[in-house]
Amino acid sequence: MSAVLDEATATLDASVEEPKPARPGRGGSRRKTAGDWIVLLVAILLGLLIAVPFLLILVNSFKSPADYNTSGPLTLPTSLYFDGITAFWERVDFPQKLGNSVFISGLVAVFAVLLSMLNAFALGIGRVKGRLWIVVVILLANMLPQEVLLYPLYFMFKEVGLYDSQWAVIIIFTVIQSAFGTYLLASVYGTFPKELLEAASLDGASRWQILWRVVYPISRPTLSVLLIFFFIWTWNEFLIPLTFLVSNDTQTVPVAITVLQGDRLMDVTTTSASALLGLIPTLVFFLIFQRTLTRGITAGAVK
Amino acid sequence: MAIAPDTRALTTRDAGPRARRAPSSQIPGSSRNAYWLYLVPGLALLAVIIVIPLVWNVYLTFTDYRGIRPPEWIGLDNWIELAGDSVFWTSFGNSIAMIVAMVVVPTLLGLVLAAMLFDLIGKKFGGKLASFLRATYYLPQILPAVIAAIVIGWILRPQNGALNQMLEAVGLGALQQNWLGDPDTALPSIMVIMIWVQLGYPIVIFMAALQRVDPELYEAAELDGANWFQRFQAITVGIIRPEIFVVTLTCTIAALKVFGPIYALTGGGPGTATIVPAYYAYSEFFQSQQVGYGATIATALTVVIAAVSVVFILVQNRVEQKEESR
Repeated sequence: MSAVLDEATATLDASVEEPKPARPGRGGSRRKTAGDWIVLLVAILLGLLIAVPFLLILVNSFKSPADYNTSGPLTLPTSLYFDGITAFWERVDFPQKLGNSVFISGLVAVFAVLLSMLNAFALGIGRVKGRLWIVVVILLANMLPQEVLLYPLYFMFKEVGLYDSQWAVIIIFTVIQSAFGTYLLASVYGTFPKELLEAASLDGASRWQILWRVVYPISRPTLSVLLIFFFIWTWNEFLIPLTFLVSNDTQTVPVAITVLQGDRLMDVTTTSASALLGLIPTLVFFLIFQRTLTRGITAGAVK
Repeated sequence: MAIAPDTRALTTRDAGPRARRAPSSQIPGSSRNAYWLYLVPGLALLAVIIVIPLVWNVYLTFTDYRGIRPPEWIGLDNWIELAGDSVFWTSFGNSIAMIVAMVVVPTLLGLVLAAMLFDLIGKKFGGKLASFLRATYYLPQILPAVIAAIVIGWILRPQNGALNQMLEAVGLGALQQNWLGDPDTALPSIMVIMIWVQLGYPIVIFMAALQRVDPELYEAAELDGANWFQRFQAITVGIIRPEIFVVTLTCTIAALKVFGPIYALTGGGPGTATIVPAYYAYSEFFQSQQVGYGATIATALTVVIAAVSVVFILVQNRVEQKEESR
């Protein structure tokens, strides 16, 4: 799935604005009609429908295969069964995969934000010649189907001894993610408050100093949103990690889970348990950072 | 707002006579040529990781290459074969289905649902409830695609899968299917799954955009006797148009590139019922070892995506200019 899609995470918690109190004399706007209740019911049913797969995962991850075979996927487990989860945990060495994913996604997020910032400084504030076309070329990294990269990069990384190294994956995703970051930041910097830049330059600050003492602090909210996007997007990536991380102990969480499908070990409830373990890290990450993201977006917008 | 990058900032020149004579950076007294230095790391990495592989791929499309012996130049043979390859055209036909499932339905449904949550549920039942529902709709988006596919594959299993069991439980056992294994139901099943995955994205973006809508506009329209749908059409859609463009473009690119769910759910099968260009290229690259031909498919796909994106951006600019000159 395209990483771009997860962009939305940022605004998820920007909680819906409370309506202003109705004006005197127009007090009827808060009255709930039958139609309103029907709409609410439809909205809640849709939410349930969307959540069904998640509920099914939860219920069946704690069921024994025997329990599943007799009572099927729809009932609550007769007794809590943790063997599926522990079997999967040990089989893939889950803590190690978790560590790999955090290492790769974390470094990519930091490097890609840095690279985006340097690019955007030249494009948005430096306004170098031909900047529109430079942005289009950089965006190619985003438009390209990733299969195009596999063979050439395989040979190139093998040549320099980085095949089956997490650094290969880190370098590739730094470039891919920073394409989106450059696109976004260049337009943000294009409207950067000019007075600040002028004041700094009157004070004798060099370009490098202006970047770090003026541009960086002021655009920090946007940068932290990008940082979190990049982390989640990289975490969810699949094809390139699958190709470049062949040995077991360098793999990421999604790759480790997918590779095990079809394995003898994977009965129905273990599959469910593996999915549960696979979605918990992103869910936790999402819950921790949704507040930060809200603040980021709002602060950026107020400026 | 960060969601809808303003491309105009990149294109418009500085107003004013001074700027026109000597185009300069935003920092007074510093020549814009000096900023090339800051582009060096980005462009160097881009060249190595993206441009060289891209050029290499275009070269491979003119060769017969099985991955072992050096590529052998065969001119346009791959491209001629591609033009007559029915699997390739089937895969692009399925791309249309993916665009319906990942762009058309989620965007339209997302517009209505976002307006409904923001406008009706948020205002009459409280913002907390609306936020909670929005987060629920968004859940499938934070799930890694391949893991989502595993879960869905398990729910859709012909034997003891949850969906078939549910159908039986409510007395609709006759509707039980081998959902992903039957050529008639495989593609529609994938489409439903992709709608499930995608729906949260436009809802969240559109709801953020709706906060820009001035409530007084709505009140004025209400006083003029406009009903909900008229207000939705005239005010809502007009104001969040930039976000509609961004959502449509990013989803279209994603739909054309879709790979993970197909890889994890059906492998393009049964037969070629659910094959998409990205998966077809992958299978030629790695299963058939027809690297030259795989590169041809991937390059064709790249050209289509780039062309769609450029046309889209041009149309967007034209619409924006028209709006401004009104």
